[in-house]
Amino acid sequence: MEDNKKNVLLEIRDLRIEGYSDEKWVEIVHGIDLTLHRGEVMGLIGESGAGKSTIGLAAMGYARDGCRISAGSVEFDGIELTTTPESDKRALRGSRIAYVAQSAAASFNPAHRLIDQHTETPVHYRIKKRMESQEDAMELYEKLRLPNPREIGFRYPHQVSGGQLQRAMTAMAMACRPDLIIFDEPTTALDVTTQIEVLLAIRDIVDQFDTAAIYITHDLAVVAQMADTIKVLLKGDEVEESDTRSMLESPKEDYTKSLWAVRSFKRDQKSRPAGDAIPVVSVKNIDASYGPVPVLKNVSFDIYAGMTVAVVGESGSGKSTTARCITGLLPPTKGSILFNGEELPADYRKRSKDQLRQAQMIYQMADTALNPKVLISEIIGRPAAFYGGLKGTALKARVDELLDLIELEPSKYYNRYPPELSGGQKQRIGIARALAADPTFIICDEVTSALDQLVAEGILKLLDRLQKELNLAYMFITHDLATVRSIADEVVVMKEGEVVEQGPKNEMFKPPHHAYTDLLLSSVPEMDADWLTNVVEQRGVDNIGEAADT
Amino acid sequence: MGDVVNIVLKRLGLGLITLLVISIIIFGAVELLPGDIAQAVLGQGATEENLAALREQMGLNDPAPVRYLEWLAGAVVGDFGVSVVSQTSVAEAIAPRFLNTLFLAAYAAVIAVPIAIALGVLVALLRNTIFDRVANVMTLTSISSPEFFLGYILILYLSVKTGAFPAIAKLSTDMTFFELLDRTFLPALTMVLVVVAHMMRMTRAAIISLLASPYIEMARVKGMPAWRVIIKHALPNAWAPIINVVALNLAYLITGVVLVEVVFVYPGIGQLLVDAVTKRDFPVVQACCLIFAATFILLNLAADVGAILTNPRLRYKK
Repeated sequence: MEDNKKNVLLEIRDLRIEGYSDEKWVEIVHGIDLTLHRGEVMGLIGESGAGKSTIGLAAMGYARDGCRISAGSVEFDGIELTTTPESDKRALRGSRIAYVAQSAAASFNPAHRLIDQHTETPVHYRIKKRMESQEDAMELYEKLRLPNPREIGFRYPHQVSGGQLQRAMTAMAMACRPDLIIFDEPTTALDVTTQIEVLLAIRDIVDQFDTAAIYITHDLAVVAQMADTIKVLLKGDEVEESDTRSMLESPKEDYTKSLWAVRSFKRDQKSRPAGDAIPVVSVKNIDASYGPVPVLKNVSFDIYAGMTVAVVGESGSGKSTTARCITGLLPPTKGSILFNGEELPADYRKRSKDQLRQAQMIYQMADTALNPKVLISEIIGRPAAFYGGLKGTALKARVDELLDLIELEPSKYYNRYPPELSGGQKQRIGIARALAADPTFIICDEVTSALDQLVAEGILKLLDRLQKELNLAYMFITHDLATVRSIADEVVVMKEGEVVEQGPKNEMFKPPHHAYTDLLLSSVPEMDADWLTNVVEQRGVDNIGEAADT
Repeated sequence: MGDVVNIVLKRLGLGLITLLVISIIIFGAVELLPGDIAQAVLGQGATEENLAALREQMGLNDPAPVRYLEWLAGAVVGDFGVSVVSQTSVAEAIAPRFLNTLFLAAYAAVIAVPIAIALGVLVALLRNTIFDRVANVMTLTSISSPEFFLGYILILYLSVKTGAFPAIAKLSTDMTFFELLDRTFLPALTMVLVVVAHMMRMTRAAIISLLASPYIEMARVKGMPAWRVIIKHALPNAWAPIINVVALNLAYLITGVVLVEVVFVYPGIGQLLVDAVTKRDFPVVQACCLIFAATFILLNLAADVGAILTNPRLRYKK
């Protein structure tokens, strides 16, 4: 017991944090206890609003603008951070506790080269000389398997890809060999194939230097690979904590179980209508380019009424560009798009009102896709009036009907503004807006990827129910294969602007796969603490993010 | 870097087109002025014959497009014609006055720009403190007061009551550079007071708008002190809007100083323009307006180039 006590690096007792909103302080973290030993990795998981990041930052003695630590103690290696003067805490943050942020692309300063940002802290606190620190940076880049480790640091952030930036940021966190690193959703913004590279790099380097870490994420499968212990949070309270394996095998609390079960939604796969039915949308051999840069090559697929076609691939593979071609925002340079067998004009400006009405879109970021200054009734009412020619009481009845369809009480939401709603509710409004035009085909562009898993599941169920009731055809753009598994009938896999494989879902998820499909599928983290280790054994460390040779 | 040269050339080309359009507007506006130029020059007592002869001499009987093209052809090579009043070359009349104005503008800018940016950084660092508020109130007061009022206040306190600086900025050719600086200090200071507020507030706003960025939070959790976060992490990303406001204010220093020149009896281009307007010396008016337009366009071009050079995304391709 005495020995164990010595090994404690971070001890948080009854931590309470308040946030300032509506001109008063509101408690958002309600008394959290946390004990972290040297070299231990603890996973903090929970949905958005659980207080994960706030607690992570509090472990550094840092509170964001508009937040304050109101009670409790944060003791780092015998130093009480809540009473330490700011300048001492700063020195501690620079040298002994480091932070890796969610989006490295946004968290690296665009005005400075990577290596200058890397050496800033060690040089400022006179821990290392500049040249010494640069040399160390290059060694770390090499350890994290960045390409051209001796040169990459001299680039600006915009010249480096997202996955590489995330590894460079991990290297930066290591610059002073801290005792503790806070990882705040470091792989959430990455593709699965890039995520696996970053996860492995982080795990290796944390092992190598025996650094303690707090790993914050909402993805259980990811945390299972990284953490020794897992703490589940809900709305600023602890739900439960235990070591990773027993947490995965036998979660105690109902909330944890519901998180574990969230990927269970699955509906039966539908197959194409028999005979010579005409597809609702038929994309035939289209090429497209942004200026002189070709982005799509010979893309073809069909979508039938009442069916969902999932288009999957990494970012930059041409999924959203294909959607832009179908909607006419980006006229293809070659090929054609048929709607119920009839060819559509390439440019949306040349399409008839009825052709425009038939195809609608739901966007990834409901936050930015809804005008925050316009009433819900107007957001939904406008397409209903524009396409349906409805007015007055008929229009109001239609808006009420749409709100009913998306399971939001009409009388409660009719006169509200988007910022008053939660993320899931906003996405529902986005769906209602698409339905208001009474379409036969809807493009869903990553509609659940900005949502928590429980909320996302609700949206998927809603979309499924609407499809059954209204016989809608969906084109479902996503990079999340769990979503594909639950909702798709057919899958189209894209890579670098081309379709590499397509077919009914059940066949696509069964081997043998195209090498790239295989890579995508096997890169999705699984709820198994040994998953990452096994994948590394199969693929080897150096080509973890690349397709096996075929 | 080839891209930057391309962008600059493109902007320069657009600037020339803009200048051409402005030259048409200037010429048209002078055409629209009521009354007869010959009448105005010769006065009420002129005979019909004299008026006709003068119109003939000035080419006033030619159609407007012809006169415009003649004027433009001259202006391109720096020949703005002959003053109606003094019968001397307009270019020769303007050149020394314009240089005087440029000198005064440069004098004011050299003081105002560093002060404004330093103050802007400082109030961003000390935002919402007493210092921030006091600096804001004082600069707002100076920007809200008319220039002539500020000029007279400065004359009263720095010249009449204390005798520290001369009240009248008359120039003579045998002055040394330091005498020149001393002589023109009060008009320069007046202009500094007028332009500092605008630039300072933009610097403050540009920096503060960046403080919610993830990379600023990153700098803070990396243990960087507040001053370093502002100067090293926020300021380099705030240059574009700051440079734009600086350019606009420099243009104002050159084109907007008529009142200051009048108060301090400084022989700049503003006074020349006012005189020319009252005397209907239209070649001088047109030339001054064209020079002012070119100043605005060039300074805006410089601001664009500055914004590009301070943005690594534009400087270094992927």
